[in-house]
Formats: sequence, structure tokens, C-alpha cells
Amino acid sequence: MNDQLQATPICGRHRDLNALMAPFGGWDMPIQYEGIIAEHSWCRTQAALFDICHMGEFLFQGDFEASGLEDVFTFSVKTIPLGRSRYGFLLNEQGGIIDDLIVFRLAEDKVMIVVNAATAPKDFAAITARLHGGEFSDITAATGKLDLQGPLSRYVMVELLGEEIAAIPYFKFITMNILGVEAIVSRTGYTGELGYEIFIPAEKVCELWDLLLTDERVKPAGLGARDVLRLEVGYSLYGSDIDEDTTPLEAGLEGFVNFDKSFIGKEALLRMKQQGVPRKKVAFEVNGRRSPRHHYELCFEGETVGAVTSGVFSPMLGRGIGIGFVKPELTSLGTPLTIRHERVSMEATVCELPFFRDGSVRS
Amino acid sequence: MSMYFTKEHEWVKVKEGIGAVGISEHAAHELGDITFVELPKMGAVVKQFAMLGSIESVKAASDIFAPVSGTVVKVNEALETAPEIVNESAEDAGWMAWIEIADESELENLMTQGQYDDYLKTL
Repeated sequence: MNDQLQATPICGRHRDLNALMAPFGGWDMPIQYEGIIAEHSWCRTQAALFDICHMGEFLFQGDFEASGLEDVFTFSVKTIPLGRSRYGFLLNEQGGIIDDLIVFRLAEDKVMIVVNAATAPKDFAAITARLHGGEFSDITAATGKLDLQGPLSRYVMVELLGEEIAAIPYFKFITMNILGVEAIVSRTGYTGELGYEIFIPAEKVCELWDLLLTDERVKPAGLGARDVLRLEVGYSLYGSDIDEDTTPLEAGLEGFVNFDKSFIGKEALLRMKQQGVPRKKVAFEVNGRRSPRHHYELCFEGETVGAVTSGVFSPMLGRGIGIGFVKPELTSLGTPLTIRHERVSMEATVCELPFFRDGSVRS
Repeated sequence: MSMYFTKEHEWVKVKEGIGAVGISEHAAHELGDITFVELPKMGAVVKQFAMLGSIESVKAASDIFAPVSGTVVKVNEALETAPEIVNESAEDAGWMAWIEIADESELENLMTQGQYDDYLKTL
């Protein structure tokens, strides 16, 4: 393992803004600028700018079927319409999640695959091992990525970057000229708000960061706020909620698995479907302001029945929220759970996802 | 009124045998946005440096230790619904409890403001 942290092209700007920095997925990333709750609130009401250059991008060009790419993910690549993207998984033979990712259909024979930072090297190796044709390359270092998220993000994007952005529907993207280079603008995100992910050559990403921040409706937000935002809308975080020992069936993400096609891990998933999942993801609200945290125990009638995988104080709900894994029979709505860690104990109730429903994501 | 600090970043302000207790501005800043304060119970008898309560922020949970031994005679109930007061005013409006001090000689185990400021420079 290489212990050296990687720095994004925006790193200097974060330091100028006095951001609190911390390692994340092998990268030196901004956790917060003015404060996690202020940045969270800005994203829910205005437009927040995130440096997401750490995420991995791969390019594939070739025949999807002949190369084997069509069988690599839990969803079909060839049926993604041009200009659209699709979310799903790369699985191991046991059906465990190697990564969750999004595939962008760039052309008839070309896709971009966007993966998590920490898993990018193993993803690249796993995909490479499954391909027998086509051109497959890692373009992470050459690719900058900024997310602009929040109900005002469309106005900002249209005014600063171009009218054509106004008409992009959810989970569609366009290729357009930004700052003299070709960029991808995608109506996707990780916050539950209306927003965009922008992919632009790395040498231009700092200039784009500066440009977006010239608008007073835009403020930078760090990974701390991003984690609260994503959990409020129930999105899974790779490495916390899902990993190689968790299947999409256990994680309640079966909707992103297409059983009508072949993919590695399918047999394991079918077996698990038949036998029943041993544990299942559960969402819960705390009765109070305490935060559940990763690894806290989930208890039912005095017995430990599972563990918290993500938890936080939700500013929108004014209480602690979390997700974790328990026996399937304990996932019914309204089931009372006790969350324990050392001398901390809090009462919680099983609830539906998302916790926060009023985001602008589809507006 | 004299103010003393612990190495765990609690403070106590002493007046007529009563110590108002809270966490330092440094501690509040390090914790970030505070989302929950667990206050001690009224009438609780606490020992110096034993647990008094706890505090949670978006980033972390940590225990609060009593800077002096004594009896809890008042708690700051405003923090139950508005814990952000601790971020806004850690060493004043963000006080957590009043302790009737059992033994003022224990204050010798604490740091003065000047000593605490020097201590922060070593962290």
C-alpha cells in the first residue's frame, strides 16, 4: 500500500479557505470550511460546491458484448440510452459488492465509469480481468470533477456556463464546452437536491471552481456536509454501509440488479434469494438528538441483533438517524431498537427511507 | 471571579462556593457543530475528574468530566433544545451545570487561564 495521500487540483484553494483537511479514500480532502451544519443548510437551500476530484473515472471503448463489458455489472450497459447514466454494482463471485458505480453512455461504443476513490484500483483490476477486448483506461488523474448541488444550482449553472443546462433531466447528461474545453454536465448527485456533476479536464478544474464561486449563491461544502446530506436521503456509503461482504439483496438495493442478464455474482445472489437473506439493511430514527455512529450495537429486547453502519444527527429532522443491518424479521416499520455503545444508550424506531423527503432532486 | 481549566478542556468559574462548569472555547471549536449535550442530574454528587456528562457533535462524541467534586445544584436546560449555544458561547452562555463545591482546595489541581493558554500551545 502506498501511504502517500493524493491531492486534488483544488487542494491549494481548500488551504486558502482554511478548510479542515483529512484523509479520505487515500486523498487529502476538505471535511469542512465554515462548519458542517452551515454547509449542509446551504446545500439544502442555495447551491453548494464540492471538490469530488478524488473519485475515479474509467473509459471503455469497444464492442460491449464481444469484450464482455455487458456482463461486468449488475445492469445492462448496452441498453443505457446515449446521454444517460445508470447506477449499479460490480460484484464478486459471492455476490459481495466490490463497488457501487455509475456508467455514462458517451457514444454507441463508449462509456465512462465513475467509481469510488478508495476502491478505484481494485475496481480497475477487477474490470480489466473480466474484459477480453476493447480499450479500457483509467482517466482519474486527467479528470477533474466538481459537484454543484442545491435548489439554486440550475440558475447558477445556466447563468455561468450555458443555457443548454436548463433542460437536462434527472440522470441525463450533456457534453458541452466549458472554459474552452469539452466537459460533461450530468444531472446527478449525492445530496437529494437538484444538482450537477461536472467532469472537466483536470487542468481546467481549478478555474471552474473559481468561476462557480464568483456567484454569491454558491459556497464550498466539504465531505462532512456531504455525508449528512447523503444519509438524510438514505444513500449508501461504500466502505461503511456496503462492502465486499454485503450483497445488494441485503442492502435493499435489488432494484439496481437486473436478473435478466448474466453478471458475476448472479448465481450467489439467486441462491441467497432462494434461501433468504441472513440480514437486511434497516433505517431508524432516534428518539432524541443523540447520534448513532458506525459500529454502535443494535439491540432488540436486550439482545444484540446487529450494528449501525452509518449514523448522524439530522439537521432536517432534528434528531439522530442511522442505517444498519439486522435479522430480516426485525426490519418491519415501527420495530423498537436500542442503540448501545459503552455507556451510551438510545432508543430508536425502524422507519422508511428516505429520512428526508422534501429535497429538490427531481425539480 | 476566578476561572480554572482541566487538561480535558472543562472550565469552572468559582463564586461564593459555587462553580459554574462548561467546556472551553478551544474544545467547542475542536468538536465542531455541537448537536447534543447530556447534562448531569440535579442533585447528583460528582467527584473531581469523574464523568459529569457528555457532548456530541456532528464529528464526535466525548465525555465531560467534573472539574471539582460537589453537588449539582443547577443545570442549563436551554442546552437540551439548543446545544449550539455551546459553539456560540462556550465559556459563558454555554455553561452546563452549577456545582456546590465540596472542597475548594481541589482548585489547586486545575490550571489558571494563563496556564491553560500555555497548555493549548503544547497540543
